Amino acid sequence: MRAYTPKDNVQKKAYYTDRYYVAPQVPKQEVESDEVFSADLEAIKAKFEVKESYIQVGQMVIYINAKDIYGVLELMKDELEYTQLSELSAIDWLAKDNTFEIFYQTLSMNKRKRIRVKYFIENGQAVDSVEKLFRSADWSEREMFDMFGIEANGHPFMKRILMPYDWKGHPLRKTYPLQGDEFAAWYEVDKIYGKEAREEIGPEIRDTARVDRYDSERFARLGHEVPKGTEITGDEPKNEQSYQEDGGVFLIKKFDKESSVIVDDPQR
Amino acid sequence: MAQHKVNYTQDGGLPVALTSIDKLANWGRSNSLWAMTYGLACCGIEMMAAGASRYDFDRFGTIFRASPRQSDVMIVAGTLTKKHSEFIKRLYDQMTEPRWVISMGSCANTGGMFNTYATVQGVDRIIPVDLYLPGCAPRPETLQYGVMLLQKKIRANKASRAQKPKRLM
Repeated sequence: MRAYTPKDNVQKKAYYTDRYYVAPQVPKQEVESDEVFSADLEAIKAKFEVKESYIQVGQMVIYINAKDIYGVLELMKDELEYTQLSELSAIDWLAKDNTFEIFYQTLSMNKRKRIRVKYFIENGQAVDSVEKLFRSADWSEREMFDMFGIEANGHPFMKRILMPYDWKGHPLRKTYPLQGDEFAAWYEVDKIYGKEAREEIGPEIRDTARVDRYDSERFARLGHEVPKGTEITGDEPKNEQSYQEDGGVFLIKKFDKESSVIVDDPQR
Repeated sequence: MAQHKVNYTQDGGLPVALTSIDKLANWGRSNSLWAMTYGLACCGIEMMAAGASRYDFDRFGTIFRASPRQSDVMIVAGTLTKKHSEFIKRLYDQMTEPRWVISMGSCANTGGMFNTYATVQGVDRIIPVDLYLPGCAPRPETLQYGVMLLQKKIRANKASRAQKPKRLM
């Protein structure tokens, strides 16, 4: 098995660091460059505070305050014709400044435009549910809770959606190891057989590429099978692979090549 | 004249075949391996193909059943997630003995490429497995060969032997 390297906090140390590397950014345009978007932005700004706004890849992105989210989406849905919420989730910035960035991707079928509404919350803070406005937010908010641990106030059924209800931890956080923590590694054993079965079943073998032909406990070499647990020296006899056992099977006749006639000419 | 007339002058004069109870029971068991419909992921598609007309599992007496109570062999075809692991154990317990398990494909064997927190790293952590089929996904021929090997295994063992669990739980 390969040596396990701790992956507790992968954000702390970057895999590759170049002092002069500047991460490429998709160019941003002013909102004024698009008539529809600038009219929408004016309507939102009239009632709510907009911290930042720009257009990126033909979509407008606006940053608002966390407390305004229901009002902004309600305004956008009822007056600005953004009738669909395509996606809603969070981005983990805990390592940077202990915050989550929440985004709501909306679509207007009439205007053929998309607006992304964003805001930041502190770690441990809850968001306001928009499930009353968009039914699609129901599962998205549950998924956000499941994967990041961000609760949505006013949600009708704030429970995990993908992981089991008794799961511990939130897998999409950057601090969550990909191969799972101790709870995840022993989840099925603990649940079905109890903690005392851990020793008997043993830890998970994560290196699936490992094949040991001298390990007769876990592997069998086709054509050279030996009983389980036999010590393999390398000169084990060859077993003929035949479907029928020696002596034949009840009611099934074994084909005998010696007493058969082989027809060479298919036309005969 | 009756078509089914027995010729008493042939084969020692009696329409009788002699065998042992073991062979008879194993013959019956191995040739009517009713499999549980248990497609968990993409391997399930190959399992369906093996059951359908082109590869035709019915030739082997392997008929897919929708209930663990009616099946002899559980073909675990696909990725087993940790959330589902308690149900595979429950379904396995609901099958009547004698029962066999075929672990089909890389995911069921070892977790496969899903080396993550949510995947069980091999179904043999939950239930005892008789046969592991490699492949991602194994072809229907592989599954048929696997069933043939399982038939061979059943015939090789004593029919009266009580099935011992491989892990003492």
